[in-house]
Amino acid sequence: MNLGVTMFIQIIAFLGVCWFTMKYIWPVILGAMEEREKKIADGLAAGNRAEKELEEAKGKADKMIGEAKEQASQVKEQASQMASKIKDQAKSEALAEKERQLTAAKVEIEQEASRAKEDLRKQVAGLAVVGAEQLLSKEIDADKHADLLNDLIKEI
Amino acid sequence: MAGSEVKGIGGYIEHHLVNLKVELVPGNPFWDVHLDSVFYTLLTAVVFLWIFRKAAKQATSGVPGRFLNFIELVVGFVDEQVKDSFKGKSKMVPAMALSIFVWVFLMNFMDLIPVDLLPFLGQKAGVEYMRVVPSTDLNITFGLAIGVMLFVFYYSFAVKSPKGYLKELLTHPFEAGNPMVQAILAPFNVLLNIVETLAKPISLALRLFGNLYSGELIFMLIAVFTLDFAVTELFTTIGGPILGISQFFLTFLWAVFHILIITLQAYIFMMLSLVYLNMAHEVHDAH
Repeated sequence: MNLGVTMFIQIIAFLGVCWFTMKYIWPVILGAMEEREKKIADGLAAGNRAEKELEEAKGKADKMIGEAKEQASQVKEQASQMASKIKDQAKSEALAEKERQLTAAKVEIEQEASRAKEDLRKQVAGLAVVGAEQLLSKEIDADKHADLLNDLIKEI
Repeated sequence: MAGSEVKGIGGYIEHHLVNLKVELVPGNPFWDVHLDSVFYTLLTAVVFLWIFRKAAKQATSGVPGRFLNFIELVVGFVDEQVKDSFKGKSKMVPAMALSIFVWVFLMNFMDLIPVDLLPFLGQKAGVEYMRVVPSTDLNITFGLAIGVMLFVFYYSFAVKSPKGYLKELLTHPFEAGNPMVQAILAPFNVLLNIVETLAKPISLALRLFGNLYSGELIFMLIAVFTLDFAVTELFTTIGGPILGISQFFLTFLWAVFHILIITLQAYIFMMLSLVYLNMAHEVHDAH
């Protein structure tokens, strides 16, 4: 066992191997590893961000849906209020119309009746006049008088 | 292994511990090139670089495949360790840490290949000696450790400037407000710093070497169990089957345990290198 030229060959080989590793192996592999690490980190960060955004969007959507529901219920309430108001109005209008028509009909009937009475009175008066005329012209004949009266009575 | 032409147990083990050498200067062991160590260290280096270069070509920031995932697991692990123990900023240090971790692991992994397999094949091909685990060769572990120390010196100079580094050698770890006392302390400081600096590569190299060498030796000792038996004797004698079965179980158990050791040693080598480099980056003027 003696140290000699073999050792120097080994030293040179060692330096050569180190140089080659430094030049062509280490930076390439480690560079790729670091780049991948960064990529993965970026991907995870993007994933987290997307998740957060999704949550935010969901919250926003929920809020919007809630608002819409509220609005819808408001509209419904308003509509039903309006409907009942319209109904009431229509009802009262109808009642008023009915009242009005009733009174108009009553008035007409009264007018009609009074006109009819007037007519009747006029006819009675006419008949009375005619009867009186005929009575006056045929005073002598009692029988005829009686007949005349009967006619008169009939005509009334 | 039965049928090989070594003499006895001692001869078998000794034969396994001899490197295949080329003597550039005959008679001077300094100029011996351990061909097997160099071959397997370069082979593992090429395997490491090839696998990781393949991964680098596939590298994408999109969905990684199974292979890329595995490589990224290793790279991510090393990156984490570097960030934990090295506070400076450097492009070279993480690459060095990855190289050490994977390369040393692959070198150590050669220990899990059955001890006799590759040498046996080598002998068939006419190569008489072969040691397949480069990290059981002191040359290789010291080569790695000195390589690390070169980085340590480089960063020491780069961060503190040569003048600052020299000043630190003289004034650290013993410090005094009085210049006279400081001058007296300087030789001790220099001595301590030399010891500290020497201890770093030696501990790095010897730890890896010792662990792997002993591990390999135990594999060999287990292999010796049936050394004196011919293949037929494993079934026709009483001792043969018992030794054969216990050898199998021991090898299995040791190999399982060794998986832990080789990984741990690669990890320790990497971590200590990072610690030394971090120390080189630290400026001691703070206290």
